[in-house]
Amino acid sequence: MSKKTETIINVLLIGALLLVLFILEKTLPSTHMLFTVLKKGAIYALVAVSMNLLNGFTGLFSLGQAGFMLVGAYTYGVLTIPVAERANVYMYFDGGLIQFALHPIIAIILAGALAGLFAYLIGLPVLRLKSDYLAIATLGFAEIIRAIFQWDKLGPITNGSNLLRSYPSYKSVLFYFVAAGLCIALIVMLINSTYGRAFKAIRDDEVAAEAMGINLAHHKRIAFVISSFFAGVSGALLAMYQTSVQAAMFKSAMTYEILLIVVIGGIGSITGSCISSFLFIILSEWLLRFLDTETYIGDFHVPLLRSGFRKVVFAVLIMIVVLFFRKGIMGTREFSVRGIYNKLTGKKKKAEKGGGANE
Amino acid sequence: MDWISRNLPYLMAGISVGGQYALIAIGYTMVYGILRLINFAHGDIFMCAGLIMVYSVTVMPMYLAIPFVLVTTVLIGFLVERVAYKPLRSAPRMSVMISAIGVSYLLQNLALYITGGLAQQYPTIPWISDVITVFGVTTKRVTVITPFLVIFLVVVLVLLIRKTKIGMAMRAASKDFETSALMGIKINSVISTTFIIGSFLAAVGSLLFFSNYTGVTPTVGAMPGLKAFVAAVFGGIGSIPGAVIGAFIIGISENIIKGLGWTTFSDAFTFALLIAVLIWKPTGLFGEAATDKV
Repeated sequence: MSKKTETIINVLLIGALLLVLFILEKTLPSTHMLFTVLKKGAIYALVAVSMNLLNGFTGLFSLGQAGFMLVGAYTYGVLTIPVAERANVYMYFDGGLIQFALHPIIAIILAGALAGLFAYLIGLPVLRLKSDYLAIATLGFAEIIRAIFQWDKLGPITNGSNLLRSYPSYKSVLFYFVAAGLCIALIVMLINSTYGRAFKAIRDDEVAAEAMGINLAHHKRIAFVISSFFAGVSGALLAMYQTSVQAAMFKSAMTYEILLIVVIGGIGSITGSCISSFLFIILSEWLLRFLDTETYIGDFHVPLLRSGFRKVVFAVLIMIVVLFFRKGIMGTREFSVRGIYNKLTGKKKKAEKGGGANE
Repeated sequence: MDWISRNLPYLMAGISVGGQYALIAIGYTMVYGILRLINFAHGDIFMCAGLIMVYSVTVMPMYLAIPFVLVTTVLIGFLVERVAYKPLRSAPRMSVMISAIGVSYLLQNLALYITGGLAQQYPTIPWISDVITVFGVTTKRVTVITPFLVIFLVVVLVLLIRKTKIGMAMRAASKDFETSALMGIKINSVISTTFIIGSFLAAVGSLLFFSNYTGVTPTVGAMPGLKAFVAAVFGGIGSIPGAVIGAFIIGISENIIKGLGWTTFSDAFTFALLIAVLIWKPTGLFGEAATDKV
């Protein structure tokens, strides 16, 4: 299969996916669970891929993702609340300091940029550390960011620990897919570039990479800033999806969830992260919901089922993956049209089918 | 005198909280010393001890409940190591850490399921919860007892590590894991003992901690856990006296910051301290010269 046909098939697949989403949106009621799951899945896919860029491709074990998402979410919220609504939202702070509103797209990009700037500053001291010390330090910085954003002295800007709301948001699931897909495509391009090769070299052996002339500090900083940029963008998308945002939700538990998504998908596999995010969200938000409701079959009260059981089952599943399927769904392999083509032609010459829609 | 009576409550609260952090920090520092693993689930084991107490007093009298809490917490710590860490002994360090994060996630969700997400009221333990007056400051007796109990337990622990056979095995294992295994030390039982001691101290810490802060929620262990870890790093990871001193320093400074009216930053301070220590003195106050720590 030539490169050209591969590209064409990929474009067709993406087009078909978007078309299916478009048709679904026209036919199903907009409150259908499917859309909630798809939107959130796309957002988590983006943040999981951004974390994978650091943990899987550069070998920097960072646990600061929730903090950078928070920066992104707040930047978006603060910059886009319509001027007319500000007095209402910032009711404890006399309408707040900022009295203008930007276009959502510009605000999303600024959200990423500000998260990147935070990452640059945090990276100056933190990136000197390695492995688990880096993990703890980034976790700590995420907590500091959260504390600062909730500080009431900054209330005129961040609204203290109160909700940010009333900002504009796109309702269509297509927007989330296009935005997240575009960002993931950028990350894939980065990984396939010379920078990506340098990142992998650093992951595999720092000393050898340095001996080959790779500037360690420079490349680590680039990976950290870019990963945080996309975490910021996904934070902005999350804020948009939720229609209100509060710093208290970006706890370290959120980072853990994202990390576990990355692990389930396979550390070092972009498509693995995407698949596992959708799987994670679909299971936890939709398919396993029944575990949370008390059920009677006839007169028989099904034991254990009540609020919270879903998460327990989920955590057990995750532990099983962590302990027994350490490579996750994809390991370090990628899911691609070419891979499927080769696999199919390896056994049967004729068959050629695209392999379902992967984000 | 007026200044003292105004600030003494913060200082005493700081010393007391510091002592409770110290009991948790010992668990971190011992496990890290031997396995080179940040046991993210340790804070949640501390939380479990709190919950077990809440539920056990409803079915048994207090003098049975306290030993019961200590035993079950030790059992949980032992099981966590056997189930989640032992199978990964030869895996890369990061896999074990991810497993630890998974255990933490599991324990928190389990607690959320059992409690239904509501904060549980911790029972009043007689005598140590009594209100007393020290230098004109009213406080609970636990505040005064904590530092002495901590120092007593630490002395016992240090003696255990210096003088006994298992202590010698622990020291050997933390120096060089593989060689000590070759020398015939039963490495698995050493590691289990470490987790048992750590969980026991966390359970004692939870008895003291929740006598002052009586709400037990599923995530209540996360913050004290992280702070205790910072204390362990600050004191030099692997060093027990270091962890204790680090914990007291963190507990006291945190409460002084609260006293100054900067409550928002009391948590942030801990992490700022961690980062400062890691950058300027990665071996901590009492750490041995690093070979491959950072």
